[in-house]
Amino acid sequence: MIDKFVRSIAEAIGAVADGATILVGGFGSVGQPNALIEGLIEQGAKNLTVVANNAGTGHTGLAKLMELGRVRRILCSFPRSAGSVVFEELYRAGKIELEIVPQGTLAERLRAAGAGIPAFFTPTAVGTRLAEGKEEREFDGRRYVMETALPGDLALIEAWRADRLGNLTYRESGRNFNPVMAMAGKVAVVQSQHIAEAGEIDPETIITPGIFVDRVVHLPYGDLAA
Amino acid sequence: MSEASYTPLTRPKMAARVARDVEEGWYVNLGIGIPTLIADQVGDREVIFHSENGLLGMGPAPAPDKIDPWLINAGKQHVTLNKGGSFFHHADSFAMIRGGHLDLCVLGAFEVASNGDIANWATAVDDSAPAVGGAMDLAVGAARVWVVMEHLTKEGKPRLVKSCSYPLTALGVVQRIYTNLAVIDVTSRGFVLRETVPGLSLSDLQAITGAPLLVEENSHG
Repeated sequence: MIDKFVRSIAEAIGAVADGATILVGGFGSVGQPNALIEGLIEQGAKNLTVVANNAGTGHTGLAKLMELGRVRRILCSFPRSAGSVVFEELYRAGKIELEIVPQGTLAERLRAAGAGIPAFFTPTAVGTRLAEGKEEREFDGRRYVMETALPGDLALIEAWRADRLGNLTYRESGRNFNPVMAMAGKVAVVQSQHIAEAGEIDPETIITPGIFVDRVVHLPYGDLAA
Repeated sequence: MSEASYTPLTRPKMAARVARDVEEGWYVNLGIGIPTLIADQVGDREVIFHSENGLLGMGPAPAPDKIDPWLINAGKQHVTLNKGGSFFHHADSFAMIRGGHLDLCVLGAFEVASNGDIANWATAVDDSAPAVGGAMDLAVGAARVWVVMEHLTKEGKPRLVKSCSYPLTALGVVQRIYTNLAVIDVTSRGFVLRETVPGLSLSDLQAITGAPLLVEENSHG
């Protein structure tokens, strides 16, 4: 019998190699897998590349991982936000590398990685400094830049409901990057607010089919969005 | 320059002026700042608001005791969902944007050039860690890109310019600019003045605009 449920956060995180690329779901604090980020902090891997829309706030979660010096490089669309103090300090001190990625390009690079597409062309960022050094092509008279797929070694996902097969639903705007990151991670681990029996989640409502998911830990109401 | 005998529009009035031109049935994304205020000004026209983080049919802010922690907009403010609204993931959300499905995007900006170039994400070339968010995607993807901004910077410099000095967000995409003083179309010939606040002359407006303002014969100010 397939059973992707694990009992602990540590078991969900599993082995993570130094230098791994970690995809972290969420948009701001909504849909962000905070308990799994804590698990990654406990696990101890360093020299990480982190892909997330934002660069963390305060001194917990992603910000704590960075503050501990475990993140070498971060890719995000919106690093600077209210409370992103840790990131800004590390960045000013030259202790973290930043790659700014337009939000739609970020989502599509993840989707492409999950869909086996190595690169794609987009009009986003043409003629701007975010297109510098990138291949450009013209299609039907319009300019496009080439962007490459962005796969991860490990994706950290927050779901609303999960079953033992790894089928997932999300809640409202908590969906955001989670489904594309689940696709783009070689290993995708999930913290879920609720669990269901196989067959209990209406197949018409499953957003992430279990094929994209490796391990699920049940964290009932342990991680309400701020 | 003659003495000012005109009143610049307030931010809510700028939003109201933009809202007058938003048509029933449009799918619209509003940027952070003044554009956000437009949603409250469309009256009883049915306009569907999109938010980059996966919402269509976004409604106004909830009452303080009705806040749903899972429901935020791209500015990370709590919002509501109107009847008929939907949720989707980020790749679908930006497929709506980049695939040309939005009828209109209204953005704020630091500068707009007379060729339609927009600079609205980084304030200086050496800005250490600017945040682009969805600005570059919205600017290239929406069927119409309008900008709403103050006519001048806080230092009194024109925001409507011949060529942007700040880092660009997108090339040649802006079609219309609403400022606290005027409505200006961006055409293949440059800026075309459509209207001004009462009492403001073309020459006074031109004096604080960084590129020529054309006036078409059938337009009236």
